[in-house]
Amino acid sequence: MKRASRLLPLLLAGCSGWQSALDPRGPSAQDLHGLFWLFTITCTVIWLAVMLVLLAALLRRPPATKGAAEAAGRRSARVVGGAVAATVLVVAGLTFASYLATRAISSDQPEALVIRLRGYQWWWEVTYPHEQPDQTLLTANEIHIPTGRPVRIELAAADVIHSFWVPNLTGKQDMIPGRSNSLVFTAEKPGTYRAQCAEFCGLQHAHMALHVVAEPPEAFERWRTAQLAEAPAPEDAEEEEGRRVLESKACAACHTVRGTEAAGNLGPDLTHVASRRFIAAGMLPTTRGSLAAWVADPQSIKPGNNMPMVSLTADELQAVSAYLTRLR
Amino acid sequence: MKPWHAALLSLLLLAGCKRETRQARLDPAVAEAMDSVATLPIGINGRPPPVLLAMGEPYRSNAYQLSQGKRLYAWFNCQGCHTDGGGGSAPALMDGWWRYGPDAVSIFLSIRDGRPNGMPAFRERLTTEQIWQLTGYLQSLGATSSTAATPGRNDSMQTRPGENRVPSMSRLPSPHEGGP
Repeated sequence: MKRASRLLPLLLAGCSGWQSALDPRGPSAQDLHGLFWLFTITCTVIWLAVMLVLLAALLRRPPATKGAAEAAGRRSARVVGGAVAATVLVVAGLTFASYLATRAISSDQPEALVIRLRGYQWWWEVTYPHEQPDQTLLTANEIHIPTGRPVRIELAAADVIHSFWVPNLTGKQDMIPGRSNSLVFTAEKPGTYRAQCAEFCGLQHAHMALHVVAEPPEAFERWRTAQLAEAPAPEDAEEEEGRRVLESKACAACHTVRGTEAAGNLGPDLTHVASRRFIAAGMLPTTRGSLAAWVADPQSIKPGNNMPMVSLTADELQAVSAYLTRLR
Repeated sequence: MKPWHAALLSLLLLAGCKRETRQARLDPAVAEAMDSVATLPIGINGRPPPVLLAMGEPYRSNAYQLSQGKRLYAWFNCQGCHTDGGGGSAPALMDGWWRYGPDAVSIFLSIRDGRPNGMPAFRERLTTEQIWQLTGYLQSLGATSSTAATPGRNDSMQTRPGENRVPSMSRLPSPHEGGP
């Protein structure tokens, strides 16, 4: 028991953090959080009551006389009748609470910031549409949102069904090929929240994560402007060589680095890859070492993904990792 | 049926649950060896790399590898010229007639090094393994006899019989009969 009481705070610590529905950071998540506790507490109380009644029934002595048996029969009829009425009331109440919460989180907001999210095996393509095509921003695996403003995420999938879930901000919504879903939510506090694909989508489903960075509106605009710029130019001979390798090898067949000859559209856009917190959909923190490890042997890190192992010499690998680190 | 018969039968059935192996990662040395094809000086026909035989020709017989080939066919816009195998501004790939020969090495070389009159070289755009995956898929397109392994089905409508319906033609018309 002593050990259990020491373990309890540890378990509770798992309920807060950057990927937890029990640590809500926006109104939608707050509604769901309320619903979660309402259901948990109601069901716990009902379970305890049922257990108490069961215990009483087990310990009850059989009635001694005929009169006592009749009285007991009338009492149990009242108890059963009361329980049926309570069940109807509780189910109706919970249904109504669930309806209210669902209505609150599915309301559309006309002035919301629109972000298009497209799921691939196993990464996320992110588009910030704009009426001017040159202001439309394409990136991957990390979305930035301004705090205090509703965001509408338009969800689509390229290959199989995925599902978008940021527990701290809102509930799940599926991404289905050939169908467009959307989800509106608001982040109230700045922070980085982890989202996870919540629909089994193949071998690397567990390694399909997305990071949602909520920041004040001014910081968001700064980020957007920086991301719209072309890739930074190489600053030394090694980075220059890295760009040459990236343009001339198979990298350019699938990836885009705006401002260079690499213009493939099959893999994530790499124009500002080093500005993102993680690479390979949340697998590794962005460092020069992990970028090099990923390019050198993607199939050992994330077996089955669509990035092939491109044969590079050690010098070429060094140069490419130096150039990718420059792409902030 | 005696109980031990049933037990034996279920053991046999269990053996059928073995899944096809998917090899996602290729050893770099094997990948390099797969690039060395011995060919005739005119760039057609030749000996496939011995390592392919040693691996059991996975690019012909493994459904995962065939599916990868099919994905690359779409990704690298092969249908831009060859359409879904029926041919367009480039030769058809499913009529059983091959300008540079039907063998794997000739197809591999066509993709890797390109061919005159428009076929680009994909040497610096695809890895050797990917070229072999495409080669295996193309061979399944033009196959005249069916095999046990096929790539996944299309999500959209098929413009030709599915790969799992091979052979797409029961018999090729010869040139005397008005064939190509």
